[in-house]
Formats: sequence, C-alpha cells, structure tokens
Amino acid sequence: MAYQFNGTSIEHDEEGFLEDIGQWSEDLANHIAQTEDLTMTPEHWEVVNFLREYYQEFQIAPAIRVLTKAMGKRLGAEKGNNKYLYELFPYGPAKQACKIAGLPKPTGCV
Amino acid sequence: MTDLTETDPAAGEQVVKRFMYVNRKAPHGTVYALEVLEMVLISAMFEQDVHVAFLDDGVFQLKKNQDPGRLEMKDFSKTYRALEGYGIEKIYVEQESLDDRGLAAADLVIPVEVIGRAAMTELMAEMDVVLSA
Repeated sequence: MAYQFNGTSIEHDEEGFLEDIGQWSEDLANHIAQTEDLTMTPEHWEVVNFLREYYQEFQIAPAIRVLTKAMGKRLGAEKGNNKYLYELFPYGPAKQACKIAGLPKPTGCV
Repeated sequence: MTDLTETDPAAGEQVVKRFMYVNRKAPHGTVYALEVLEMVLISAMFEQDVHVAFLDDGVFQLKKNQDPGRLEMKDFSKTYRALEGYGIEKIYVEQESLDDRGLAAADLVIPVEVIGRAAMTELMAEMDVVLSA
C-alpha cells in the first residue's frame, strides 16, 4: 500500500503509517491529513512538530499520557490535555498525529 | 514499601505490584534489549511500581555514544532517556558488572543508582515479579 503523491508512490503499512520515516515532508503530511479528513491548522502543526522533535530526541513516538504531559510542560495546561488534543485529532492524537508526522505507531498503542 | 501491596482489590483499589525488569544482554545482536525496553514503556501505563536493572553485558545497553547505524539498527540508547517522562525512575546498575567492563556511571546515558551485587540480590528478593532477559 502506498500514498500516491506528487507523482511518487510512498509506501505505508495497513494503517497508513509510513514504512520509511525518511520519506516524510510537510507536503506529504498535508496529504496524509487529507486522507484522514483533516485540514492542517497551525495548532495541528504545533502537535505534529512537537511529536517529530520528541522522536528525534528519544527515537520513539510517545504514549498519549506522556505526550499530554510533555505538551503541557512546554505549551501550557490549556494545550496539555486530552480534550484539546482529541478536538484536533478526533481519531486519537497519538495515533493520528503520529501518522501525519510520519512516525511509527506509538509504543503500547493498540 | 510493604503497604503498596496491601491494597484490597475487593475495596476497588488498584493493586500495585513491584516489578523488576532485568537486562543481562548486550544491546544489539539479539532483540532482547529492545523488546524489554518496549515492555518497560508499556508497563508504565499500568501504574505499577516498576524497577529496571542492568547487569552483566546488559550494562552496555546504557553506554553513551553508541553508533548502531552501521549494524542497520536504530539507536535506541536514546530511548532510555524517555523513561523519566514515562515515570520510570527506579533504575539500578550493578557495580561489579560495570567494573568488569571498565565502565563507570559517567559512561551511561542516564543517571542511575549503582548498587553492589549483594544489594541487587536483596532488591530482587523484595519484588513481586522479576522478568529477566
């Protein structure tokens, strides 16, 4: 399975997570978001960029509880909570935002 | 410490057990180190009293400046630094294992508690569950 995008074909797994993180780009993120019926806003990007930084630093995608805690610490309590994140990513912030960020599925996420 | 296990499940309180994950193998070459690390990260979600121990060649898992890219392995030594954010802060390394390999606490990617073999034995005896790999 693959995203057909800008004339290229980018492999993903059965749930839409990229096979090769190195193929990610901001344009591809917008494309994946569209397939999820999401329009990327600055608030969506803030979460996606946060996840990519977290992955760079720790080499894993964080569990949702860890994400909300870390977001709260960096961006304030009004953004570090489940309600805020689920409003942005209705199908689960960890799973859906990680997919758009080109990261693997979070460890421990079923 | 003992009160942790004396909560009554019938009263609707969560039972918290003392878990210890024991790492004894070098980080690469087998899947054990990475699999245990993933198990530890998942276990953090269940709000148990998690301990992680490193002994024998397992101490190499925490060594700084690994370059496993040349083995086509991910450098998951960085992931140990995420443990704190997952609330896992009880990390023990056996002194004798470090000494035998010419390593010291300063060579490790995260702050740990270095304890001797006798203290490690005592600590293991206090656990409800010990998983070793």
